Amino acid sequence: MPQIELAGKIYEVDEDGFLQELDKWNEEFAQAYAKTEDIEGPLTEEHWKIINYLRDYFKQFGIAPMVRKVCKDNGVDMKKLYELFPTGPAKGGCKLAGLSKPTGCV
Amino acid sequence: MAKSKTPLLDELEKGKWPSFVKDIKQAAQKSPMAEDLLQQLELSYKDKIGHWKHGGIVGVKGYGSGVIGRYSDRPDLFPNVQAFHTLRVNHPTGWFYKTDALRKLCDVWDKHGSGLTNMHGSTGDAILLGTKTEHLQPCFDDLSAAGFDLGGSGSALRTPSACVGPGRCEWACIDSLDVCYNLTMEFQDKIHRPMFPYKFKIKVSACPNDCVASIARSDFSIIGTWKGKILINPAEVTIYAGSDLDIQKEVCDLCPTKCMEWDGKTLKIHDGDCNRCMHCINLMPKALRPGKEKGATILVGGKAPIVQGALLSWVVVPFMKLEPPYAELKDLIERIQDWWDENGKSRERLGELIKRVGMRVFLKAVGLPAVPQMVKAPRSNPYVFFWPEEIQKEVK
Repeated sequence: MPQIELAGKIYEVDEDGFLQELDKWNEEFAQAYAKTEDIEGPLTEEHWKIINYLRDYFKQFGIAPMVRKVCKDNGVDMKKLYELFPTGPAKGGCKLAGLSKPTGCV
Repeated sequence: MAKSKTPLLDELEKGKWPSFVKDIKQAAQKSPMAEDLLQQLELSYKDKIGHWKHGGIVGVKGYGSGVIGRYSDRPDLFPNVQAFHTLRVNHPTGWFYKTDALRKLCDVWDKHGSGLTNMHGSTGDAILLGTKTEHLQPCFDDLSAAGFDLGGSGSALRTPSACVGPGRCEWACIDSLDVCYNLTMEFQDKIHRPMFPYKFKIKVSACPNDCVASIARSDFSIIGTWKGKILINPAEVTIYAGSDLDIQKEVCDLCPTKCMEWDGKTLKIHDGDCNRCMHCINLMPKALRPGKEKGATILVGGKAPIVQGALLSWVVVPFMKLEPPYAELKDLIERIQDWWDENGKSRERLGELIKRVGMRVFLKAVGLPAVPQMVKAPRSNPYVFFWPEEIQKEVK
């Protein structure tokens, strides 16, 4: 299992960089990880809104929300979502939020 | 001579069909990835099990689809295929290439990948098989510079494809190549950034022979057809009559609606009963051709078995004129996708959603009239729903 060092801490991740021990997530993890997903500078309030939403939804339902739901509940469109997370809501957003890897016929 | 490391695969170099093993071995002479792929495949043949890990999420900036991540579960034995991602490259409609374009594609792939391809994937894309994560973005940049873009993957609009249509076929009722290209360009955003409950495929066939199998392999099937009379060239019919073809037995008797008459001299078609199955035209291509008023039948819902059973697409618009810029067609696609996106459950195909909520809900939502051509037979059970507004209130 690969490991990654972020802000002085070691995390277990898979080949795609998804966090393996979901309870180890913290805000420093997300912040330090952001630049590998093409996000420049500190995470903005808008980023945190999406990340916290994803985490809450995952905690409540045990799965990541559908893209349309993310857009609707947060009042953003797809374009905005890709501006915030250039690598996409699944690869970028869920990875920073410490959700388990999206699966299926991707 | 050293003993072969791939005895099982070597068997597949025998026989008359082109051998994929020979091809991979040839690629392996200059690509260590291809070499390790061969070795891992040999192990899979031995173990009778796949040696790829579950899933993989990789991509290029700005896109949520187009790349399928793949990792070996034996990177210790086959380090060169530890990462072996696939890139889907949108193909030119009808798969017409110039060698110039293919050379560009090969140059990019020799530089960034294993040198192995799949020409083409079932959906239509040119598939580039096997590269490492750090090569994805530079490979994509080089592909863009060479004039290629990625195709679709994930819960997105997948790469539309079309039969060769009027490019090489006299039966083409619509310009399948142009329709396909036009839709691909129109819906770029939906191809590259997955936004749907699940995948959505569009295929375009220019006549009912359906050479891209759109009825079975797309959620939205566009199939060319015509209205009015089949055009008959009597002189050519006479020539067929003088050949090996038994017109009565092989053409008229096999017509599914029995709407043809042959008296030994003249061929008559009662076009009102013809269901445009193409059989007579297929058998006598020089004598018969599709009618003059051309368009397409629109069908929806085709899908593979998972979850609720396989479906072939079924008719929702019996006849639609198709001419650039295809406003009516695009509008219908948008309405259907919006409704599905709004109502579909996670991983529910369009066909399954219609099965779940019913055709009447679907038709009302997308504004299509119910017509007899939509069903093979009327329902046999009496559990009929009515819209509340259809029921006249009883007045005392």
